[in-house]
Amino acid sequence: MIAEELPKIAAQEQEDQLQFKHHIFVCSGTACVSAHSDQIQAALEKDIEERGLGHVCSITGGGCRGLCASGPMVSVEPQGILYQGVKVEDSAEILDSLNSQPVKRLECSTEAPFFSRQKKIVLEYAGKLDPERIEAYIAAGGYTALLKVLTEMTPQQVIEQITRSGLRGRGGAGYPTGLKWSTVAKAQGEHKYVICNGDEGDPGAFMDRSVMEDYPFKILEGMTIAAYAVGADQGYVYVRAEYPLAVKRLKAAIRQAQKNNLLGNNIGGTTFNFQIDVRLGAGAFVCGEETALIASIEGKRGTPRPRPPYPAEHGLWGCPTLINNVESYANITPIIRNGTDWYTAIGTEKSKGTKVFSLTGTINNTGLIEVPMGISLREIIFDIGGGIPNGKHFKAVQTGGPSGGCIPEQYLDISVDYDSLLHLGTYMGSGGMIVMDETSCMVDVARYFMEFCMSESCGKCVPCRVGTAQMYDLLNKITKGEASLDDLAMLEELAEMVKSTSLCGLGQGAPTPVQSTLRYFRDEYLAHIVDKVCPAGVCKIYHHAEVFS
Amino acid sequence: MSRVVTLKINDQDVSGREDETILELARENGIFVPTLCHLEGLSDIGACRLCLIEIKGVPKLMPACVVRAQEGMEVYTESERLKKYRRMVIELLFVEGNHVCSVCVSNGHCELQYLAQKLGVDHIRLEYRSPKREVDASHERFVLDHNRCILCTRCVRVCGEVEGAHTWDLLGRGIQSRVITDLNQPWGDAESCTSCGKCVQVCPTGALTAKGKAVGEMTKHQGFLTTLALMRENDR
Repeated sequence: MIAEELPKIAAQEQEDQLQFKHHIFVCSGTACVSAHSDQIQAALEKDIEERGLGHVCSITGGGCRGLCASGPMVSVEPQGILYQGVKVEDSAEILDSLNSQPVKRLECSTEAPFFSRQKKIVLEYAGKLDPERIEAYIAAGGYTALLKVLTEMTPQQVIEQITRSGLRGRGGAGYPTGLKWSTVAKAQGEHKYVICNGDEGDPGAFMDRSVMEDYPFKILEGMTIAAYAVGADQGYVYVRAEYPLAVKRLKAAIRQAQKNNLLGNNIGGTTFNFQIDVRLGAGAFVCGEETALIASIEGKRGTPRPRPPYPAEHGLWGCPTLINNVESYANITPIIRNGTDWYTAIGTEKSKGTKVFSLTGTINNTGLIEVPMGISLREIIFDIGGGIPNGKHFKAVQTGGPSGGCIPEQYLDISVDYDSLLHLGTYMGSGGMIVMDETSCMVDVARYFMEFCMSESCGKCVPCRVGTAQMYDLLNKITKGEASLDDLAMLEELAEMVKSTSLCGLGQGAPTPVQSTLRYFRDEYLAHIVDKVCPAGVCKIYHHAEVFS
Repeated sequence: MSRVVTLKINDQDVSGREDETILELARENGIFVPTLCHLEGLSDIGACRLCLIEIKGVPKLMPACVVRAQEGMEVYTESERLKKYRRMVIELLFVEGNHVCSVCVSNGHCELQYLAQKLGVDHIRLEYRSPKREVDASHERFVLDHNRCILCTRCVRVCGEVEGAHTWDLLGRGIQSRVITDLNQPWGDAESCTSCGKCVQVCPTGALTAKGKAVGEMTKHQGFLTTLALMRENDR
């Protein structure tokens, strides 16, 4: 393909789509598929064929609409109708209503705060895009950013634009993306690599999975732009093997991009060559750490190594390597297409743009959301999330996965951005948000995350390998009501030591859930230790009298 | 050629080349920095965390074995905080395995024991894990006692990097990790093993020993590593 052909493909696809009066999108995200959305799609397809509607109504799988709690979701475009909780037997009724009033019983208001309070950049197509066809992506404006970059911009200009946009790494730490790109661009090396980190492993996090499943072309395009900017000729998408649908979609997307000359040699008719391959993780959480991920791609045991040297200088096979998170790459094409002024207008002074979160736990609207940086936690949980179910009371929200902390009620009005969260003793993380009500015991929560870190520690460095196990034992002792105040002091001492001395982010972050719950819910720890009771009634504490009576 | 730089370690002026590590410079200048996973002649992995140092202007603690000298650097190796952390690392190692010096063939020649004494670890405040671990005595000349292994991976590295056999590797992760020979076979059945004994000599504790030694009789000789490294460098 050359630059001039792209609008033709887009026009052809748009014309093809205009032939249909209705487009039905059945959500094909993992949550809806597990609620049998694939069977619903099959039933609709069968009914459309039987009724001879094939020429007026198209049906395709679409991406996640975000409201996973109400799945499976089906939408009818361009009428903008959204159905929730659809069942296989609803197929006929949906088709009956195509030319009349929508089915009231199934309708889901798209004007509800869940939809209206969001700001979609990463998830810009909002599920109304077939993730398996490159033509659909091109018709929606895909690949114009790449061709603009290849034909009108120098690598230096691309880096400048990303730097000015203020985009920060969406993997959690918030390192400025433009700075990373320019470091790799300046590093000396015969070969350079671009890696997309899709090894999302935090409990309760599924943002990257959804982005990879729904918008694989967008990630490939973002990576290709990055490769052009830093001078790389090979890229890898590292995805955990537990995401088979994402892997399948990415592989299919790579083949289609190659076929259309948007990957491979002479991309878009220019002299730029770039290839992308998929590499699967083998189930180790630590492989989300960049040096461990690189070791894993090299075929070695996935363990981190001390930095510096950073991957930007000494990465995959010893070459300069750019490694960014899935969501970071998904932000690239909108920034190139719409410009930095548009992007910097969204978000706060130091955290620009939006952030995708997966809302889970005891909250009404569990699902995937994208909000502008600087929104308050209260808006996320009570407006978009719809509050706490069953009349229960909000207790805390956990962000940042096993390296993050819990935020209690008094800080609900804090702005969600990298720096405010850090100030509260947690961090942005990749975007998992677990909401807890009064039935959660905070000691038990800390114990859960410590168990996770203990079993996911690679075992290379002593503080993480043994320290997490010792801390887990101490937390276990507390939840059983067998601990003393000396044990609590030891737990705090260990937490401080493991945080300061561990080799990589896993160990350095492992004590955060403990330290954060101790900061805000120390009374719960003391209740377990001194009074031998669990205030939330979660931990089973047996008293001497009960055991021997 | 690497540039020559001057820097400060514990407020003492020292000179070094940019390709030298802080650990090398410290030792050259008679400054004691404890190490366990480091061994001259093997690659450095920064895993034991005993050699952590403070560098002015760097928020994180860095392992001296991998940090290279830079002009104007100000390094501190002996702060109270570092000493406390080092003692805790030793404590964690003691509770992780089953280290009973009085019945160990390496008693008196053990690097873990030496460091515990040197760093003032006179009692253990943590609970012993007392794991159930095995002894592999299937090799005709050597014994592997997992109870005494501290997972420093010196054996793995010397076998892969110096002997070139790669008999040793790691299995499992976290607290479940352990060293294995070949594809987790008994050492005696490991076909890649050349029985050179380098792993035994570099092992800092009594985890890898020669057969037929009584308590305290196992002494190790690591001089061969520097000699070999030097010879190989001259060959190049």
